[in-house]
Amino acid sequence: MTQVKLESEKLGAGGAPLTQKRESLWQDAMRRLVRNRAAVVGGTIVILLILTALFAPYIAIKSYEVQVLSDQNKVPQWILSLFPTMKPYAQVTTDYPFGADYVGRDLFSRIVYGARVSLTVAFIGPLISLIIGVVYGSISGYFGGKVDNVMMRIVDVLYAFPSLLFIILLMAFFRGTISDIQPGTFAYAVNKIDESMGGLFFIFIGIGLTAWETMARLTRGQVLAAREKEYIEAARTIGATDLRIMFRHILPNIIGPLVVSETLAIPGYISTETFLSFIGLGVNPPTPSWGSMISEGSGLIRSYPNQTLFPALALAITMFAFNFLGDGLRDALDPRLRGTQ
Amino acid sequence: MGRYIARRLLYLIVVLLVVSIITFGLMHAVPGGPFSREKALPEETIKVLNARYHLDDPLYLQYLHYVNNVMIPHLTTVPPTNSLMDDYLVSVKIGPVWFRWMNFGPSYKSRSRTVNDIFRDNLPISAQLGTMALLVALVIGMPLGIMAALKQNTILDYFGMSVAIFGVSVPVIVLGPLLVWIFGVALKWLPPTGWGAKPPYTFGFLPSKFGWDFFKFAIMPSIALGLGSSAVIARLTRASLLQTIREDYIRTARAKGLKERIIIVRHALKNSLIPVVTILGPLFAALVTGTFVTETIFGIPGMGKYFVTSITNRDYPVIMGTILLYAVFLVIANLVVDIVYAYLDPRIRYD
Repeated sequence: MTQVKLESEKLGAGGAPLTQKRESLWQDAMRRLVRNRAAVVGGTIVILLILTALFAPYIAIKSYEVQVLSDQNKVPQWILSLFPTMKPYAQVTTDYPFGADYVGRDLFSRIVYGARVSLTVAFIGPLISLIIGVVYGSISGYFGGKVDNVMMRIVDVLYAFPSLLFIILLMAFFRGTISDIQPGTFAYAVNKIDESMGGLFFIFIGIGLTAWETMARLTRGQVLAAREKEYIEAARTIGATDLRIMFRHILPNIIGPLVVSETLAIPGYISTETFLSFIGLGVNPPTPSWGSMISEGSGLIRSYPNQTLFPALALAITMFAFNFLGDGLRDALDPRLRGTQ
Repeated sequence: MGRYIARRLLYLIVVLLVVSIITFGLMHAVPGGPFSREKALPEETIKVLNARYHLDDPLYLQYLHYVNNVMIPHLTTVPPTNSLMDDYLVSVKIGPVWFRWMNFGPSYKSRSRTVNDIFRDNLPISAQLGTMALLVALVIGMPLGIMAALKQNTILDYFGMSVAIFGVSVPVIVLGPLLVWIFGVALKWLPPTGWGAKPPYTFGFLPSKFGWDFFKFAIMPSIALGLGSSAVIARLTRASLLQTIREDYIRTARAKGLKERIIIVRHALKNSLIPVVTILGPLFAALVTGTFVTETIFGIPGMGKYFVTSITNRDYPVIMGTILLYAVFLVIANLVVDIVYAYLDPRIRYD
């Protein structure tokens, strides 16, 4: 296995013959990835979703929060042909491409803006988990001995607490204390931040406090294996500091499996957010989340299925895309599969 | 093995303590109490009530009190009263003494009910749903995984793994409404909402009568809840079986001329299914939290639906009790799974 060099090192070193002749891990992985058709489809959808989220105000022309009570539950003509059972009672309109919801908000706008929530979670969730988990796991694995033992026992105990129940508990706590907080305190400031993010901030904290444990364990294992390698010994001999060895020598070599593991976890983060929003602990209304839309619509599914099934479809497509992409990345980056084709 | 189990039990106690401290601490920090209502009670009354229910005690005493009520089994000669504070989930008379265990206290919102009343009414239904979903997960997942592994890289393999990727990508929150719409509303084959079993239950949770009246309600929610887990099982079974059939002892079995069916069933399957046991821990967790969504979508009057309602109502004793009960159940289930795994696979040596 070749030692992977950081991009900056490669450029700065001028002539590093080893890395120039062989393909770098990332080039190699990229080549495998584009050969995987499912992964390419997944990746394309993810890119489209990102664009949708970024340009939501231009795609969804109507507001996602303005309620037009006279337009409650109205649907366009094409939905009637899709769900013929609605014909006897549904009021037809041409104003809303997917119809209006139970308080007269544009369903299409809400689905488009809902992509923002899901995608933010899809990117921030792994980021928090990676940062906390990698730092914690590296320290534990690198120093070993007593430090390792204590740190890993803490992870063990936290790991045993079923994570979704833990998140529910945290969210119930965050959402429950709001009424009691005095202005000027730290908690008040945090609540203001959460409010300005439509409730997403606490979701990140909830996910962050539970998701790092798996990452910490994985990192520790990888670090344990990597620190016995000769190149670490060599680095130490020439007097590199612990910090430098950890971040310049060990981390670049173990980052592949960690990234794969986080990519595979993305659908889990997305469904955690929709789950929380579904049970009423997620985003604050009127922020549109697919989870809260499905929750609101499911009471009306017999009469207005479009209000549930469209956000559900958006969620399913997103989950498919991230699963395909994650699987493809794993196959492309998993060191055990390298060189087998 | 004995030492391993003893160590794990010790660890279990530590975990339960941590879980209960976190749960109690977070829930206690939330404002409001059992006696805060829209119309404020007289201050004197609140004082008396707080003293009666130890709410004036320091926090650690209140915690010990709660742990004492919930986790420590009691043996007493005093017969149970009808008080809301004196309702134990397990209350059995053995000779002259009462064995009493798990008192979660009264609910904030349903004035006349205790958390245990809610458990008694709603938990059996969730247990029925969970068991059905587990069966769905196993019955679909294992054959799918076995088929995919035995016919690796054929159309059957691709089919099996497509179903698996569908299962992991379509959460209950999507599959539930979809099934309700297709089979409940459009085709009208099955009732879209409701549940077919009523108390009294056999053994405390089994429906007294199994029949179409039970299954017509149970089919859709069980599939919605179980399909995701079946996908996980299918993938794991496939991976495990693929690894097993490359082992030396399978080649040996083939070399000595055993029939292919015997090689697969007796040598490969038996060994490859052992790792599948390890998935049961996370699987239980997924099913438990899955019931929260499934029961809400299908209008099933189980614990999950009640739990979601209690979150909206901010009924903290119910939230705390449910989380504690489920967490304890899952932690113990994980322990049992680990021990069973160590027993099934002698190569696993825990020290």
